[in-house]
Amino acid sequence: MQRVIEIIKEKAGKLLADGTVDRVIGWKDGEFFYDPTPAVFSAGELENLRYDSFCGANVSKYLIAETKKEGKILALLKPCDTYSFNELVKEHRVDRDKVYVLGIECRGKADINKIRDLGIKGIESIEELPGDELLVHTIYGDKTCKLNDVLLEKCLCCKSKTHVASDDLALTGEPMPEAPKDRFAMVAKLEMMTPDERFEFWRGELSRCIRCNACRNVCPACSCLKCVFDNDASGVASKANADTFEENMFHIIRAFHVAGRCTDCGECSRVCPQHIPLHLLNRKFIKDINEFYGEYQAGADTTSRGPLTDYTPDDVEPSIVMKRGGDQ
Amino acid sequence: MYQIEKARLGELFARIAASGELILPVENNGTSQYGTWTPEVEVRLDRLNTVRSAKDCFFPQTENLMGFQMKGKEISIIDQRKPCEPFTVFGVRACDAASFGILDRVFLSEPVDTYYQSRRLAGTIVTLACGEPEETCFCSVFGIDAVKPGGDVSCWLTEDTLFWKSLTEKGDALTEKVKDLLTDGDEAALKAYQEKISAIHEKLPLKNLSLEGFNGDATEALFDRPEWAELSEACIGCGTCTFVCPTCQCYDIRDFDTGHGIQRFRCWDSCMYSDFTKMAGGNPRLTQKERFRQRFMHKLVYYPANNDGIYSCVGCGRCVAKCPISMNIVKVIKTLGVKNHE
Ligand code: SF4
Ligand code: SF4
Ligand code: SF4
Ligand code: SF4
Ligand code: SF4
Repeated sequence: MQRVIEIIKEKAGKLLADGTVDRVIGWKDGEFFYDPTPAVFSAGELENLRYDSFCGANVSKYLIAETKKEGKILALLKPCDTYSFNELVKEHRVDRDKVYVLGIECRGKADINKIRDLGIKGIESIEELPGDELLVHTIYGDKTCKLNDVLLEKCLCCKSKTHVASDDLALTGEPMPEAPKDRFAMVAKLEMMTPDERFEFWRGELSRCIRCNACRNVCPACSCLKCVFDNDASGVASKANADTFEENMFHIIRAFHVAGRCTDCGECSRVCPQHIPLHLLNRKFIKDINEFYGEYQAGADTTSRGPLTDYTPDDVEPSIVMKRGGDQ
Repeated sequence: MYQIEKARLGELFARIAASGELILPVENNGTSQYGTWTPEVEVRLDRLNTVRSAKDCFFPQTENLMGFQMKGKEISIIDQRKPCEPFTVFGVRACDAASFGILDRVFLSEPVDTYYQSRRLAGTIVTLACGEPEETCFCSVFGIDAVKPGGDVSCWLTEDTLFWKSLTEKGDALTEKVKDLLTDGDEAALKAYQEKISAIHEKLPLKNLSLEGFNGDATEALFDRPEWAELSEACIGCGTCTFVCPTCQCYDIRDFDTGHGIQRFRCWDSCMYSDFTKMAGGNPRLTQKERFRQRFMHKLVYYPANNDGIYSCVGCGRCVAKCPISMNIVKVIKTLGVKNHE
């Protein structure tokens, strides 16, 4: 059977050759195999394109800048990335006509931090073996682990293996495993906590935040040209947390701002250098939206109105806050 | 040279903490962070590096500089500097220990930064040799020896023993306080351990990284290299690399309106940010390419130009491990350096 990267290269090569697209956005090699970097390729550069278990990065946000350039770009999008893509198209951030979406197969992506958490150190390179096994070469000898045991949080809760946007697909035909985990389980647990416990939980987690802005800058829903937190004229610009309340503010405001638009792509949690479970904030909003306005998945299409930018007579009353806010 | 059983480290920490704050790597939900020792914290000397570096102990992310108080039409200025109480940082790795020298050249040269200086004078640094280095480590490239990590006191932790060697007057003073807990060190055992871990460091994949082509005179040769475009292409400008870096030293000074006065504070800034070096006349670095270039040129060219050829990277590998898009100083050195093309 052909490997998915071969299918991708073949299709991309053809589209570059016949002039359908001018560039390809995907991933190129890093230093240690586990660290590929998103990259744009022109015709003749495709040999450096790679796609494997470590290409967790979602390249859809780069399309904001890429579609401002001349010509058409082929974007390699995993199923989850296509949701971000749709949302960007819906918000008129990305020009759909300038993108050729090649939906690519995904068997789940590895989290290098989870590999390290297994006690594997000094990783020089990694090989993917059949049966979703990873052979890790380290300066302390070879180690193995199962891809399934080191999946990114987003992949443990993969929304679907269906591409919601695509002009063509690159699939081997091998079945893609379904997500093993309920994405709202931890949110439900947090809801069961007393307000004080919950406050403690978040203060603890957010106390590690260094305000590096990786979560915001990587987020496809955070596409403002100038973020309010970077804007001196806003009066709330904050480069760092002057006090412990500010980091909480930043995250709460960001979560509110992406509510109804966050596709749960998982990038924020993936990139956070401090391992802050930011997905829990977003999933709380998603869960509430589902409960109050009916099931809604941001990015599932490019035309529907988002629940928070729409009005129906059945909408929940603001007083719900009093009922759900917990003890004061 | 002294030693103490590993099992008795708790007693050692309690003793050090009795005479001032003891800061050391502690567990925080799957990460290690420098934190204040208490009998309750879980000390993590097994993880190689903390997410944030030890720089925080001397140059915190935010700090108040001065206050202005308004009473009617009167403005009074409040000096908020407090004498810094003595403290000890334990478990500092060789790379972080070397970073202090780099920060000193910036903050302790005229005009001296008294905020930084007071912490430097009050702090005693106890380093810890790296027994299990990571692939991202390349301190040796900058002449740093992780097996002999420096500081005021150097420590080595084997399976059952902590070796303790004072190197400075401050180190002697600290040793005096804990001496009755220590016994004479077994030189041969320490040497054997040092040899064992030296052999591991020899295997590190980045140990042969060559810095040829990077020096204080390389601005012209490197500034306009076309490769900067590709290197910076995917950079999201987050600043993670600068905030986890032990040698990044840029800060911003801001005023916070408290309603009845002004709190002037400083906070870390990042050359990766769009408003960095924004001036009345505009911004000299308009795109991420220029900002990205600035970070690496500063480490490898501009800083050496002003500091006797010393680089302002210590090879701690944090930016290598933490960049969301895996672009980092190693890739820059390999791409633009003279000798790294295998
Ligand atoms: S969330 Fe699903 S589609 Fe996205 S990378 Fe993970 S497994 Fe693949
Ligand atoms: S990525 Fe993590 S550390 Fe950085 S600003 Fe976001 S939450 Fe804070
Ligand atoms: S908030 Fe996080 S999960 Fe939601 S769209 Fe942004 S990066 Fe993705
Ligand atoms: S190099 Fe990496 S860590 Fe640094 S600003 Fe760019 S994306 Fe962020
Ligand atoms: S540039 Fe990177 S490797 Fe060098 S000292 Fe800073 S964080 Fe460490």
